[in-house]
Amino acid sequence: MIINTPQVSSSASVSRLMLHVGYALVPGTLAYVWLFGVSVLIQILLACLTAVVTEAIVLVLRKRPVIKTLTDGSALLTAVLLALAIPSIAPWWVIVLGTFFAILFGKQIYGGIGYNPFNPAMLGYVMLLISFPLEMTRWPAAISLLEQVPTFQTSIDVIFNSGLGIDTISGATPLDSIKTQLRAGIDIPTTLISPQFGNLFGSLAGVGWEMVSLGFLLGGLYLLLTRRIAWQIPVAMLGAIAVLSSLFYLIDSNQYASPLLHLFGGATMLGAFFIATDPVSAATTPRGRIYYGIGIGVICYVIRTWGNYPEGLAFAVLLMNMAAPTIDHYTRPRVFGQGNG
Amino acid sequence: MNHSEPKVFDFHGGLHLEEHKSISTSRPIEVAPIPPALVLPLVQHIGNPAKPCVKVGDKVLKNQCIANISGHISAAIHASSSGTVIAIEPRSIPHPSNLDVTCIVIETDGRDIAIENKLIGNENFQSLTSNEIQQRIQGAGIVGLGGAGFPSHIKLNAEEHPVDTLILNAAECEPYISCDDMLMREHADKIINGLRIMRHALNAKDCLIGIEDNKIEAYAALQSAMRDSDNIQLVRVPTRYPAGGERQLIYSLTGKQPPSQGRPLDIGIVCHNVGTAAAIDDAITRGIPLTSRIVTITGSGIPQPRNMQVRLGTPIQFLLNHCHSLEENIGTILIGGPMMGFKLEDSRSPITKTCNCVLAIHQRDVIKPATPLPCIRCGECTDVCPVNLLPQQLYWHARAQEFDAIQDYSLFDCIECGCCDVVCPSRIPLVQYFRFAKTTIWQQERDKEKSDKARIRHELRLKRLEREKREKRERHNRKKAALKKKPDQDDDPKKAAILAAMKRVQEKKSASDTNPANTDNLSAEQQAKIDEADARRKQQNKDTTSS
Ligand code: SF4
Ligand code: SF4
Repeated sequence: MIINTPQVSSSASVSRLMLHVGYALVPGTLAYVWLFGVSVLIQILLACLTAVVTEAIVLVLRKRPVIKTLTDGSALLTAVLLALAIPSIAPWWVIVLGTFFAILFGKQIYGGIGYNPFNPAMLGYVMLLISFPLEMTRWPAAISLLEQVPTFQTSIDVIFNSGLGIDTISGATPLDSIKTQLRAGIDIPTTLISPQFGNLFGSLAGVGWEMVSLGFLLGGLYLLLTRRIAWQIPVAMLGAIAVLSSLFYLIDSNQYASPLLHLFGGATMLGAFFIATDPVSAATTPRGRIYYGIGIGVICYVIRTWGNYPEGLAFAVLLMNMAAPTIDHYTRPRVFGQGNG
Repeated sequence: MNHSEPKVFDFHGGLHLEEHKSISTSRPIEVAPIPPALVLPLVQHIGNPAKPCVKVGDKVLKNQCIANISGHISAAIHASSSGTVIAIEPRSIPHPSNLDVTCIVIETDGRDIAIENKLIGNENFQSLTSNEIQQRIQGAGIVGLGGAGFPSHIKLNAEEHPVDTLILNAAECEPYISCDDMLMREHADKIINGLRIMRHALNAKDCLIGIEDNKIEAYAALQSAMRDSDNIQLVRVPTRYPAGGERQLIYSLTGKQPPSQGRPLDIGIVCHNVGTAAAIDDAITRGIPLTSRIVTITGSGIPQPRNMQVRLGTPIQFLLNHCHSLEENIGTILIGGPMMGFKLEDSRSPITKTCNCVLAIHQRDVIKPATPLPCIRCGECTDVCPVNLLPQQLYWHARAQEFDAIQDYSLFDCIECGCCDVVCPSRIPLVQYFRFAKTTIWQQERDKEKSDKARIRHELRLKRLEREKREKRERHNRKKAALKKKPDQDDDPKKAAILAAMKRVQEKKSASDTNPANTDNLSAEQQAKIDEADARRKQQNKDTTSS
């Protein structure tokens, strides 16, 4: 057969794609650092190191090209996403274990990029959540809510020195506090003005967290407008969350958190633009991606509202990963010339 | 003239590509010189090869028919200059399959003397019937000049299915190619008249010309060549590859989609290329057969890209030399455009009826196939596919050689436009996988057909043997019975049965001895293999004995 590459220059490449996704994470990450301290950067660093080492070792063992595969950037992206998804004040071994697991069991075991049925970062996340519930639910508090600005040394201590001084910088997250309060029989409006939690909520969805979410939204829009991610997934997922949360909020605003809280609190924005859009494990047909996004939005909302965990994104993504092949099968586009045009 | 342009329908996907067309449109069409020898393949079209009607040594004149049609789907070949036939032999021709094809080779005499009008020209085509027009077009050797080279007269036959709409494809969407553009600029009148002839032959109600909106001069030229009474709609379609794909253009202009695996004719539409229209005008109006075509000679390996009117059969290397292209600079030569063109293996191959472009790429500009990464299912390919396929699924099944599944994903609707290739971030040569899958499936189908035939033959043979055996046995038994009856009437029937059984076994054995299994019904291929093995064995024996 004659080897025939179209003689048209093309700038498309996986590493470039990953690079731009990386750029798009910058605003949200900067906000994170600015409002919650440098610990998240330490986590990102740890995650990247673990990812590179793990992947390199696996590639050597599998006798695959190391440099070429590493430079596609996908392992690094998985690492960064996992680091952004877990609490930034978790001890070092949490992120190291999680990344190791994500790369090895989320990706390489299936044959590397392109073959993983699950989102590796979310697989790592769920493993951590189930194995280390305590470390995975202790979140940092926004600096502005703290009595005293944490120093770099505090971050180092918290991460590397078995959580030394963690109480001085941790605090409840908005979604978390609402859930705890509801369980104690206290309705949402009361929680919002309570002396203990009232100062948490900021103007949209929580001091600090709302800005981080806005940062991710900004980066996400960049990816969307430059067509680097499929628009269907974030739009459908955010739409589903917005519709569901509005509906229940209208029914009973005492028991159900506001749409704003759902959209800008928690990991919604990061999830919608950066996690759910991981193409490998997502649905791939245009229509299928809409169902896929809606599915994640719905499951996420359901878990947050009625489930045991305050955040349901990771479970939602994994569940929909499982459904993706079936969705693809039933949502094939109508081929030109087949059926009535 | 109709100034309100009709609505243009937007086909799915496609790409905005860099055009690279202006480099070859700055100079007028140049008539290429006569080469020392013309190489005219008997197959320059889809269908049966033409039958040579000249012999080696014959003197031929320009426009003289040198090979006749054979069958309905075929096209005649004419000498493109005067000279002597010096060979009729297989030569390499520009074709993706890269096979040699029988060619008539003419040594030119440089005088370019044309034969007295062999075909009859007729200014007034209205007086001709559709049949007459078809016959003349077939006799003039005209095939679709825009693409695959399907004999044009067949697509002018409206008997089988009435034709509502005749579409002239003037889109020419692939980068670099500008031969249609230049033809329109310089010979719009021929094109429009050819269109009138085609419309007359088809008795088509509507007549549309689809042209990409970047061809401003050509648009103006066509417009001024049309008369109000023509009632032809000249429609600009957005410049987006592959706007000139037949199916895409039909959809853009009419909103109708030719059925998958079917023809445009099935929905009453016929589509021809502008070059074909001009050739038809030449043949019908002036009686000139198809002996030349416009070819774009372009690419970074050509110092001054241009369009040339080239005699069919002119060796491509001759044209490249004429354009002062340095052989050592050329990295690769494509026939056709950068997207759908194929690599030319032998630059001595001739220009044929379907060669619209010679794209000579400087070696520093050749884009090499990258090492592909696995598919990340990003869906970019889906977004650009003009047929609305799922290339990533096709790729998946092609790799796994799951040929049923791949057909289920409509592999055979793929037009091999290459859009998916260009956007794939993993740099997977998708089209190549699709071509491979298609050829493999075709091959399997042919093999199956063959083996089906062989099986039937085999079964028939078994039946025949059986019957013969039975008849023989019966004859034998009858004879034996006749003999036996006399000496001992009451012989032990058991013993007779045993004897008969032994006899049968014996017969069977001898039958299978005389007809060793599996060695008749050999395909040529198998025979060749056996011969080869025999030869090898002999060689080996020789080797061992000599050492
Ligand atoms: S463009 Fe390439 S990587 Fe993306 S889905 Fe298609 S084949 Fe896969
Ligand atoms: S080459 Fe085939 S699959 Fe690829 S874009 Fe073109 S038609 Fe679609």
